[in-house]
Amino acid sequence: MPTLYIDDKPHTVGDGLNLLEACLSLGFNVPYFCWHPALGSVGACRQCAVKSFQNEQDKRGRIVMACMTAASEGTRISLDDPEVKSFRAGVIEWLMTSHPHDCPVCDEGGECHLQDMTVMCGHNYRDYRFPKRTHRNQNLGPFINHEMNRCIQCYRCVRYYRDYAGGRDFDAQGSNSRVYFGRHQDGALESEFSGNLVEVCPTGVFTDKTQKSHYTRRWDLQTAPSICVHCGAGCNITPGERYGTLRRIRNRYNGEVNGYFLCDRGRYGYEFVNGGHRARVAMRRAEPGSLVPTAKPLALPRIGSLLAGGARCIGIGSPRASLESNYALRKLVGAENFFAGVTAAHQSLTELTVHLLERGPAQTPSMREMAQADAVLVLGEDLTNTAPRIALALRQSVLNAPMKAAASMGIPDWNDGALRVVLQDQKGPFFIAAPDATRLDDIATETFRAAPDDIARLGFSVAHLLDPKAPEVPGLDENTRQLADRIAKTLAAAERPLVVSGPSLGSASVLSAAAAVANALSTETRRAGLSLTAPECNTLGAGLLGGGTLEEAERALSEGGAELVIILENDLYRRADHVFVDKLLGAAKQVILIDHTLNRTASHADYFLPAATFAEGDGTLVNSEGRGQRCIQVFMPTGDVQESWRWLRDLGAAAGKWPQTEWENIDVIVADIAAAFPMLKGVRDAAPLASFRIAGFKIPRQSHRYSGRTAMRAKMDVSEPGIPTDPDSPLTFSMEGFAGPAPASLASFFWAPGWNSVQSINKFQEEIGGALMGGDPGVRLIAPELEPGRAEYPGAIPEAFAPRPGKWMVVPMYHIHGSDEMSMLSAAVAERAPAPHIALSPEDAQLLGLGEGEMAELNIDGEILVLQVAVHAALPKGVAGLPAGLPGMEPVEIPAWGAVARRVGS
Amino acid sequence: MLTTETKNEILAELAHSETNRMACIESLKIAQRQSGWVSDEELCEVAQLLGLTPDEVDGVATFYNLIRRRPVGRHVILLCASVSCWVMGYAALRAGLAQTLGVEPGQTTPDGRFTVLENQCLGACDHAPVLMIDNDLYRDVDAEKLGDILARYA
Repeated sequence: MPTLYIDDKPHTVGDGLNLLEACLSLGFNVPYFCWHPALGSVGACRQCAVKSFQNEQDKRGRIVMACMTAASEGTRISLDDPEVKSFRAGVIEWLMTSHPHDCPVCDEGGECHLQDMTVMCGHNYRDYRFPKRTHRNQNLGPFINHEMNRCIQCYRCVRYYRDYAGGRDFDAQGSNSRVYFGRHQDGALESEFSGNLVEVCPTGVFTDKTQKSHYTRRWDLQTAPSICVHCGAGCNITPGERYGTLRRIRNRYNGEVNGYFLCDRGRYGYEFVNGGHRARVAMRRAEPGSLVPTAKPLALPRIGSLLAGGARCIGIGSPRASLESNYALRKLVGAENFFAGVTAAHQSLTELTVHLLERGPAQTPSMREMAQADAVLVLGEDLTNTAPRIALALRQSVLNAPMKAAASMGIPDWNDGALRVVLQDQKGPFFIAAPDATRLDDIATETFRAAPDDIARLGFSVAHLLDPKAPEVPGLDENTRQLADRIAKTLAAAERPLVVSGPSLGSASVLSAAAAVANALSTETRRAGLSLTAPECNTLGAGLLGGGTLEEAERALSEGGAELVIILENDLYRRADHVFVDKLLGAAKQVILIDHTLNRTASHADYFLPAATFAEGDGTLVNSEGRGQRCIQVFMPTGDVQESWRWLRDLGAAAGKWPQTEWENIDVIVADIAAAFPMLKGVRDAAPLASFRIAGFKIPRQSHRYSGRTAMRAKMDVSEPGIPTDPDSPLTFSMEGFAGPAPASLASFFWAPGWNSVQSINKFQEEIGGALMGGDPGVRLIAPELEPGRAEYPGAIPEAFAPRPGKWMVVPMYHIHGSDEMSMLSAAVAERAPAPHIALSPEDAQLLGLGEGEMAELNIDGEILVLQVAVHAALPKGVAGLPAGLPGMEPVEIPAWGAVARRVGS
Repeated sequence: MLTTETKNEILAELAHSETNRMACIESLKIAQRQSGWVSDEELCEVAQLLGLTPDEVDGVATFYNLIRRRPVGRHVILLCASVSCWVMGYAALRAGLAQTLGVEPGQTTPDGRFTVLENQCLGACDHAPVLMIDNDLYRDVDAEKLGDILARYA
């Protein structure tokens, strides 16, 4: 812990920091551009200049760049020295010579790092009176708007896009005053993480294109801490609302989870909240297939009397509904009548995931820990498409092993420029076994392409090589054995080995094999990491609650005498084929659907109750790490919309099951959950209680600059409505409330005087790039039972994959843009999704006489799909890939054997 | 379109480069020999040969002023515009070129014979002002000598 002297006052800072990080961590305002906490230092912009003194006697000093100078013991610097202040003012004046000063029409205005730094440096008047350089902008696709004239050449965008996110279709073009950041030609940015450019760029070169169609200044947005609902990674987000519509999603820093970055699905998938598919009033069926609005006070007693009538009622929950909603449904219908809302195949994979994580000894890591791994094995997952943000975390892990060598050369880890020169293309160990090419292959030491069973066999053989107690894989071919040997030796030599897998291939063997490797790696001295992805935002939460399968639900209706079914936030037609779902829904006398979006299941509902989306209600989600995290309501919805758990509370009250006062706020239902499920008792700590106050005040969701409060509704009513009550959180739907900095876990936005941009997060971290003050939000619910060194190896080793003549092993293939139900309702995301297709290996396509783009017929158990052929060079022979969850494709239960043929007549 | 010969030259260059990126500048120079500039199509071909993206190769190509991304005439005149030449008569030389050829720096004569470009220092300050046509350096040039020099290029 070195001591620094800043303007002659001593300060103690953390080890291994540079002066800029140290000063910012201490709360000083030092301007900067090219440095970014996640990207390190390159010393390019010269903006963070400070004056350094050799010792107490040195009165002259010299100007150094804070970001390029280590904060070592006894360093003496001055931030206020007149010469260095004037130097910094000069630097920003140069940087601004070609900046258009178009803040009033710039989307970044009001949350612009360049604005903040300009003000901080005191550059108030511009003397430059010559022509400014101008550029032609590019169309970068549906996510990002490009306005190059605003560029100040800090190079953060290329450093993020290329070095951090691994994108290669974007680069610095030109030289000196004509430097241009863009693509070779117009076109959508290919990286799945391109949206972060919006936050990485210190000014308005890259802005959110989806926000442009309903633009709102940052200070006019109503915001609250929330969680992304588009996959199981559980990234923290800050949604922003105005006039009742969601305007945008921004990253919300959580040191343990997503840090500074989101994926494009999470950032741009939000428009389903505003979309035309929403229903905002209660509805009942008038005639088959048509729903008509009904008054809530009429609908509730009717449904209540149905429930009270004595007929058996079952509930079908959902992995995309909150813990509270699933629990409320389970409580209403009873545990024996509660079904988890997915088919047996999916439910068993979720149960296995939960079991493997609970049993251990390997431990599920946070994304921060994943980025710190020094040897990684990915088994069967195309992570960029199944858990995108995890893929971005793992991309950073390959720097760890070579960075140890760099450290021995005296290069600190923040010195990015020097590191990249020394490391060149060196990468730490990273093995990927998957059926097809993945977007992480470029960082892989070795890749293994095989059918799911062979991937599992590779995993089991690695486990056996690590720990002879693990079962041996019979009949393993020599190449695979040698690869397993290389993987085992590499993982065993690592300090922080990590195995990543998941259910996306639909293979329990792959999951068990991954756990076997991680458990075999867990010795007395270290617990290896085991990360298993989760397909939906609350897959793990729903898995912890348990419940029957969809098949069992169908039997309860058709054979078990159940007459009523309550379906919670679930489109069953995405879960199983239509014949099965038609049968299930047809067997019910009354179908009650609680959902926020009118989907195919809704057309069979007798009653439809409009549920709140993540932005309109409160709920807890459990991510793939097993971290319980709270979505706090962002804005008041219109109509009858309320959280599903409140609908279920109302239904229970209407049926006379409990009093009207049941679950008066989220804390009560969370306490109920904690009492009923001991392993979930941690969720009480996922967020502060609703009664939390600071000096008696609630925390405002609106900034103190929020405009138009008295005018925005004037066209309807000149009197200003009262502030809606929020029983569930310590936040208020107002600009009034506690005026100081709120606790980091509850702050509805991050702001500090002089810091209006996303960089204001500096003021809310214990140390720059570290935990939020008061700890990163969320509570880890799963701790492995077994001690390291006591590994168990359940799970049968499958037979080696044997191609069958005329048949293909059809495996699901996930797409970041395409496989998620809700994000596909956003036009921008849908634009980036692939068309329905079947992926075949080049040999198989040739064998079938099918070329790219030709039409093929896939027959799985009599279910026939007509699809375009996509030839995938990496697919092994005998394996075919089918996009998972793509709208317009009937869901089929895969992996399964299927026959492929040229479409008759084509 | 790159000819097979050009492609082979690029591949030979690639063969003795430690990394693909290392071969990029030389490959662009080889590609440019074909027609004096590198078209989008040719740039993409270079990228493919090197296993780089067009964006990466274009980043290199547009960084160096001697890699040209727009069509040029049969002969390229590089007129030195750096300090020594500026002191020693660059302006007169530029005016002479404008008068003789009717084009300003950055332009090509209508007959496609010459493209005039300005260049910062040709490395012959002791004989300023200088200009370079294709690969030939002309030192101590003045407006009178221009006619004779230009006549050598058809």
